[in-house]
Amino acid sequence: MIYLDYNASVPIRPKAREALMGVLEAQGNPSSPHFLGRQLRSFVDNARKEILKAVGGERLVFTSGGTEANGLALAGVGAVPILVSSIEHPSVLKAVPHPHVIPVTKDGVVDLESLENILGSFGTPGLLSIMFVNNETGVIQPVQEAALLAKAKGWKVHTDASQALGHIPFSFEDLSVDMMTFSSHKCGGPVGIGALILKEDLHLQPLVRGGGQEYGMRSGTLSSPLILGFAAAVKDALKEQSVVSQRLRGFQQKIEQALPNAIVYGQNSPRVAHVSCIGMPAVSSQLQLMAFDLKDIAVAAGAACSSGAMKKGSPVLAAMGIPLTEAQGAIRVSTGWNSQESEIDAFISEWKNIHSKQLTKEAI
Amino acid sequence: MAYSEKVIDHYENPRNVGSLDAADDAVGTGLVGAPACGDVMKLQIKVNDQGVIEDAKFKTFGCGSAIASSSLVTEWIKGKTIDEASIIKNTEIAQHLSLPPVKIHCSMLAEDAIRAAIQDYKQKHSTV
Amino acid sequence: MVTRPIYLDYQSTTPCDPRVLETMIPYFTEEFGNPHSRSHAYGWRAEEAVETARVQIAKIINADPREVIFTSGATESNNLALKGVAHFYKAKKDHIITCVTEHKCVLDSCRHLEQDGFKVTYLPVEKNGIIDLNRLKDAITDRTSIVSIMAVNNEIGVIQPLTEIGKICREAGVFFHTDAAQAIGKIPMDVEAMNIDLLSLSSHKIYGPKGVGALYVRRKPRVRLVSLIDGGGQERGMRSGTLSTPLCVGLGMACEIAGQEMVAENLTLLALRDRFYKKITSKLEEVYINGDFDKRIPGNLNLSFAHVEGEGLMMGIKELAVSSGSACTSASLEPSYVLRALGVKVEMAHTSLRIGFGRFTTQEEVEYAAEKIITEVLRLRDMSPLWEMSRQGIDIESIQWAEH
Repeated sequence: MIYLDYNASVPIRPKAREALMGVLEAQGNPSSPHFLGRQLRSFVDNARKEILKAVGGERLVFTSGGTEANGLALAGVGAVPILVSSIEHPSVLKAVPHPHVIPVTKDGVVDLESLENILGSFGTPGLLSIMFVNNETGVIQPVQEAALLAKAKGWKVHTDASQALGHIPFSFEDLSVDMMTFSSHKCGGPVGIGALILKEDLHLQPLVRGGGQEYGMRSGTLSSPLILGFAAAVKDALKEQSVVSQRLRGFQQKIEQALPNAIVYGQNSPRVAHVSCIGMPAVSSQLQLMAFDLKDIAVAAGAACSSGAMKKGSPVLAAMGIPLTEAQGAIRVSTGWNSQESEIDAFISEWKNIHSKQLTKEAI
Repeated sequence: MAYSEKVIDHYENPRNVGSLDAADDAVGTGLVGAPACGDVMKLQIKVNDQGVIEDAKFKTFGCGSAIASSSLVTEWIKGKTIDEASIIKNTEIAQHLSLPPVKIHCSMLAEDAIRAAIQDYKQKHSTV
Repeated sequence: MVTRPIYLDYQSTTPCDPRVLETMIPYFTEEFGNPHSRSHAYGWRAEEAVETARVQIAKIINADPREVIFTSGATESNNLALKGVAHFYKAKKDHIITCVTEHKCVLDSCRHLEQDGFKVTYLPVEKNGIIDLNRLKDAITDRTSIVSIMAVNNEIGVIQPLTEIGKICREAGVFFHTDAAQAIGKIPMDVEAMNIDLLSLSSHKIYGPKGVGALYVRRKPRVRLVSLIDGGGQERGMRSGTLSTPLCVGLGMACEIAGQEMVAENLTLLALRDRFYKKITSKLEEVYINGDFDKRIPGNLNLSFAHVEGEGLMMGIKELAVSSGSACTSASLEPSYVLRALGVKVEMAHTSLRIGFGRFTTQEEVEYAAEKIITEVLRLRDMSPLWEMSRQGIDIESIQWAEH
């Protein structure tokens, strides 16, 4: 089986697995005052510190994943204008009822000029949310520039950095943001945990209330195995970052140059090395996926959560102004820490095969 | 929360637990705190003719820090004059036992207990 | 052989059952697919595993698998049930009924709803911890959207009359939500027989992994709710976010085991608890049980040891992991609001311990724990001025205490 859908889910890193397994059988609740509880609490606090140290930032609230972290960031700031880009993850687009939307260019980059104009049209400051790396095209967004524009007008800034962690170097402070979302399983940690990093002076209205854990911003019993696994994955991802991205960059070039008439979405923009959104004219993504599946190759037509709605085409490509007929031919190939060159070769070979069959069909 | 070694020592081996005869003229009794607040301390001192505390006993209902604070002060006040004993500050107790902020009230209660015992002793003697 | 510390805090959380672990572990490693990926076998296999878990969960509450949605835990389930239903129906109904001894997450959600303009009735409980059904009937109005009463209390283990509550709610046309986090695997739960419309459950209270739970949402008559976490539209739009296959699988397996072993486990626990309780009460005077003794799950005891302060006692029995209140609040020094609601006096509430027995508790552990508690209580009573006064026949309540 060849797995090229890392943006949907990353196989767990051995270090993360080890950390998780180490406490999977541990007794106790990190909120309990007795010995077992205190021990777990210290593990959890240590993991919290490690993640903060790795990415910068002042305070970390654990959530059930990136979706919840995004929801908390956007819905938690209260009744202020919310401004998001048109290519955000649905968890940002739908976090509040009617956010204001900033368009992107045809290259898949947030249009800073439009952002400046839109910011100028508001009387009161609000919250701006722009993802760091788009999950479908891999295009790196000008978060810092956008943040500086917004902060000059007194806005708070949030970024979903789930697809950036372990792929490009950054720090919370340098980006000038107030809040940042991470998802454990997007960087090789266990599924079911994520984090919102935020400045200490920010207090958000919780989505989930109760025992008052996580600075009163997110109640619920903490899962120490997931948290320890998450922290180990973050550490490992950052440690391997430069080596892995270099390798993946090679794979990306190989894939994108394999077929001369393939379209690479966002290719004129700075992109991360681990995703390619590529279109083969006249062959639907459905057909491609079926063919790949027969060869045990796992790729995607878009984000996993919306992939049930494949026929409607990718909203990200639509936001870039790509016509539906063309977008329906796009597939997403995403790689990660454990991707092997042989997998890339197998993919390319099958892809060429599909393409040539199509050419033959057209010739007939 | 984790207790300091000194608190654990006093909790496990409390000094001077017990009672003195409250009716004895040489004995001063202090009873401070309240059951509803989760801590009550009874501290008794036996004072000789020179005004020196010869013996001290305590009984405490409360957490480990409350027990340790009262145990510690019985050690401290023994051999002191009542004037010397009356200037013991809760901060000294808290510092000695490394009490965390949420437990500072235990040391305050111990200070109150000393004062109350001395007060009781003095009251008995002012009328004589 | 007794290994220490001895875990007697099964209402706070339970260790993961080895059989649950075994089922889950492959999904943490080789089976890493995203169950929402529709385009390849990794995703399909993950989806299949998640759906199997859903069936296992549905079975233990006699529901249809399509009525089960996964959440991050009972706290989230309770938040979603209450806020979700309240907000969906707010145009016509703006009244909620719950009970003073509910878990903090229910009470806190209700308080927040009050700030949003909803009216909330907090039903009191009787001395034994159980609600008065007549009060419930009287509290329901035509503006009531939902009644939320927990199945089993987390501190005192008492069981509420669910069938009767369900009947009252159904007849009045009001939704019935129950927080069953402490009930699954302890008492039979049947959403049909009990007319339950929404039910929260937690994985880590039933020997499953932490970080996952579920909410049952009835389809007929249909319960609708406003979601708490939006995004990809997973879980029929009621709860977005990537499902964690290993956690879902773990919860499913935990439910399956709970269903199979509940009857036998209850017998064992009852025997252990009785042994413990008899031993304690044969050696110690003035030990009081909080909450109804009979209408309670077998694995819970909540005892007040008169004139011995709970935190001080916990320090003396530190090799026993027990709780002096609910785990979420016991870091604070306030006495338990649940005990206060039963009418337990503050000073008595300060002397209470919650002792939870569970699947891995042994007879040796119970014996050892009882002896340890007896020794410490005797020692601390010797040290307690209140004990001394009560022995001397002094009425402690007659004393003017300077409350600080």
